[in-house]
Amino acid sequence: MTRFAKIAAFTVAGLASAAAAPGAAASPMGYLNADGQFAGRILPLLWGLFILSVTVILVIAALVIAGVARRARRAVIREVPLVDSHATAWIAIGVGVTTLILIGFVAWSSVTLARIAYPPSDPALTIRVTGHQWWWEFRYLDHKDPSQSFVTANEIHIPVGKPVRVELQSADVIHEFWVPSLAGKTQTIPGQTNVTWLEADRPGVYRGQCTQYCGNQHAHMVLAVFADRPDSFEAWRKDQLRDAPQPNTQETSLGERDFVQHCAACHTVRGTVAEGKLGPDLTHLMSRSTIAAGILPNNPGYLSGWIANPQNLKPGALMPDLDISGPDLASIRSFLLTLN
Amino acid sequence: MTAAEYHRVPRIIGADYDSPIARTLERTWETKPGIYGWISSVDHKEVGIRYLVTSFIFLILGGCMALVMRLQLATPNESLLTPEQYNELFSAHAITMIFLYAQPVLSGFSNYLFPLVLGGRDMAFPRMNMFSYWLYLAAGLFMYSSIIVGAVPNNGWFNYAPFSLKEYNPGMNMDFYALGMVFLGISTTVGSANFVVTFLRMRAPGMSINRVPILTWGTTTISVGNLLAVPSVSLAFFLLWLDRRFGTHFFKPEGGGQPLLWQHLFWMFAHPWVYVVVLPAMGMVSDALPFFCRRPLVGYTVVVLGTITTMALGFGVWLHHMFATGIPFLASVFFSGASFVIAIPSAVSVFAWIATIWSGRPVMTCAFLYFASFIVMFTIGGVSGVMTAAVAADLQLTSTYFVVAHIHYVLIGINLFAVLGALHVWFPKMTGRLMDEKVGLVAFWIIFIGFNVAFLPMHATGFLGMPRRIYTYPAGLGWEATNMLTTVGAFILAVGLLTYVINILRSRSSGALAGPNPWDGGTMEWATPSPPPPYNFPVVPTVASRHPLWEGRIPEGVGRSEWRNGMALDDGKEALATTVLDAQPDAILKMPEDSPAPFIVTLTISAFFVGLLLQLWWLAGAGGFATLAGLLVWLWPERELEQRAGAAQ
Repeated sequence: MTRFAKIAAFTVAGLASAAAAPGAAASPMGYLNADGQFAGRILPLLWGLFILSVTVILVIAALVIAGVARRARRAVIREVPLVDSHATAWIAIGVGVTTLILIGFVAWSSVTLARIAYPPSDPALTIRVTGHQWWWEFRYLDHKDPSQSFVTANEIHIPVGKPVRVELQSADVIHEFWVPSLAGKTQTIPGQTNVTWLEADRPGVYRGQCTQYCGNQHAHMVLAVFADRPDSFEAWRKDQLRDAPQPNTQETSLGERDFVQHCAACHTVRGTVAEGKLGPDLTHLMSRSTIAAGILPNNPGYLSGWIANPQNLKPGALMPDLDISGPDLASIRSFLLTLN
Repeated sequence: MTAAEYHRVPRIIGADYDSPIARTLERTWETKPGIYGWISSVDHKEVGIRYLVTSFIFLILGGCMALVMRLQLATPNESLLTPEQYNELFSAHAITMIFLYAQPVLSGFSNYLFPLVLGGRDMAFPRMNMFSYWLYLAAGLFMYSSIIVGAVPNNGWFNYAPFSLKEYNPGMNMDFYALGMVFLGISTTVGSANFVVTFLRMRAPGMSINRVPILTWGTTTISVGNLLAVPSVSLAFFLLWLDRRFGTHFFKPEGGGQPLLWQHLFWMFAHPWVYVVVLPAMGMVSDALPFFCRRPLVGYTVVVLGTITTMALGFGVWLHHMFATGIPFLASVFFSGASFVIAIPSAVSVFAWIATIWSGRPVMTCAFLYFASFIVMFTIGGVSGVMTAAVAADLQLTSTYFVVAHIHYVLIGINLFAVLGALHVWFPKMTGRLMDEKVGLVAFWIIFIGFNVAFLPMHATGFLGMPRRIYTYPAGLGWEATNMLTTVGAFILAVGLLTYVINILRSRSSGALAGPNPWDGGTMEWATPSPPPPYNFPVVPTVASRHPLWEGRIPEGVGRSEWRNGMALDDGKEALATTVLDAQPDAILKMPEDSPAPFIVTLTISAFFVGLLLQLWWLAGAGGFATLAGLLVWLWPERELEQRAGAAQ
């Protein structure tokens, strides 16, 4: 019975982990597979530890079960067998083997840590990540030419096969930046700048999420990393540098006015007078695939729903319900839809 | 007075539990009837049982919270709870289980068993003992009163700054937690000091430190640990409260403070605390597993050394909770290495238990089943801990459900399984009645299956990347199946625990009579009737080996232990103090009478903390002043308690 229960439990865990292995499609957040250098270098160690752990558990379980099955009885018989002084050999052998294995793993672990401490080559690009309750701000830094810097939110694009330096800061409380298929976690801590790096091996979209509890909507602080081929990354970057287009219809220029009136205290749209810093930069809103920090698809329907009633979709989010009238909502939406 | 007046040679008599001296001692030591008697009692057995009952009530409350959370997490996008409700629940669940169940339940066993297994009459400081219980109860109620005002702590048990600061958390939620933890810290400190002194000075003559049960080693070790670790967390929570109430900047980056300082102060305490909630549990297994293997524990000395080593190393590994905070490479490697090494003393215990089973003759009682499965649960919780010790791997594992699974294998697998087994063992001692083995067996299997169905797949949830502390999750990330399994398992586990509790309640009134030694155990508590009388032993026992009751059947120790003949200490409440290493008789101690002082001072301290919480400074002032006055009255030297030669001599 003991054996059966344990085998059953292991099978379940094994199957679930195996499901994690075959690729990002089945488990976008799984880390027993990797698509980047940082995560890839951790992977052998992680599997090594996993296999070691399962082996140790099976050996110990077998020893316990066998020890019990050997001469178990149902009732206490009031005799005490002689002390078997040879039994201490168990401890010596067991602890000896344990120690040797552990020393091996300390070495493996340290070497792995050294290999992920720095990217394989000098980073081509620096992105400053700022954690906010409950969204991500991304600033592409260019120290040589500040005009090449720009800001976006919740989705980043990186060139595939090139290491990217990531600087981590926080605007409020501690968050944690994690894109499991690409790299391990690093906290964003107010008052200090942490550094990590990303390098994607293959083009694709990689999901990430805040993993340090940061308040009410910690569950809904998602990000996505788009690893693009260098030319499409360059095209995207050029696009992001542009200001928002001037409204060219009466409806959209009305929309810009309404947007500035209702939204500019918190949001920036470059090229307009909206320069709020509390919420995400919306200059290229329509170039993103999701809204509300990765929890809703970015389409006109969800966009309207979000603007009208954010507290319903993300209770506790810092964007208030503004009681925007129907016509104002429609015009704001028409303006936002021009922000490619 | 001259020195001679302090000296007296006690008479040596032979006495059993129905001799005249026993009746005298019964009258001297018994708790008086009525509410006043109940409040004033200082009997260690009374303290122990109150600790056990209270911590079990907290266990049930914390368990109910877990079930509600599991309903919320059973399916994606569930909306049973609001985010705020979920965040308060997971915080209160952790605070309850870690601070109000896991350690107090072990204090309960230790308080009950220390004087019995050490062959003494009471703890070194009986009033302080009851004081630690009252403080624990008051601090628990203080934190739980946050439910009544609807401001439950909502920042997890780590309580990281700056989310805990007023700016982000304006309600009273954090004040309850901050002051509650300082409050509870007093209880832990008082209790720990008592265990250390009792262990060092209150052992029966002849019970040298290599003859005491492992439980007492475990509890003493963690008590020393507590005395070193609790100041760190009390300080952290006090500074947090200053930041919140008086605008200091210990953790505020704007004023030059350091949010990371919180993590250091917290984990310097909280990592050792992990050992605090497991080492006494491991001790109970080391002591009681041999009863059911019909032989002494294999490797007593190395297991004791392993216990102490674990605690000592436990102070050098706190940074492994902080690998993702951007700490320097070299520090990471050092703390990673230390975290691997700490597995070695744990391996000592595992192999000692296995060797005890292999070289013994296992008896398949419920207690044995808990202990045997405990070894495997211990190993699962241990190896998943080793996985997180590897920094690089931990950068992926940390903050996911893998860590949640790990901590539950530690807290349920290592703490609760040991506790449930230990209760089967010592419940008959406490009540005089055996727990029903048939119902117990059903409960064991339901608990075992429920626990593993709930928490083994949770490791997979972690590998699939689900972050901890999220109130909901979308479909399509592969988290549905294992979450549903965990919820089902949690409810099975709850049914098992309910069965267990029903078994306790039924057996208490109608269980089979146990007799003094139902398991043929070898240690001193089994020489007393079940339940033991208030004075424990009619005469002071003399101990010649680790298993006084097995002497003659196993070759151990020199000479014979003796508990039917010995020193008569019957001039009022008296106990014997012995020397630290060899347990030579050293002094006759006058033990304090029952007293309402611990209860009253607990009330005044509670008033002090409530005053601080509500910013009713007059109440805080009055409570503080009354506490000082109360302590003064309590500690005022009494001639009664001075040592003196007895009139009879």
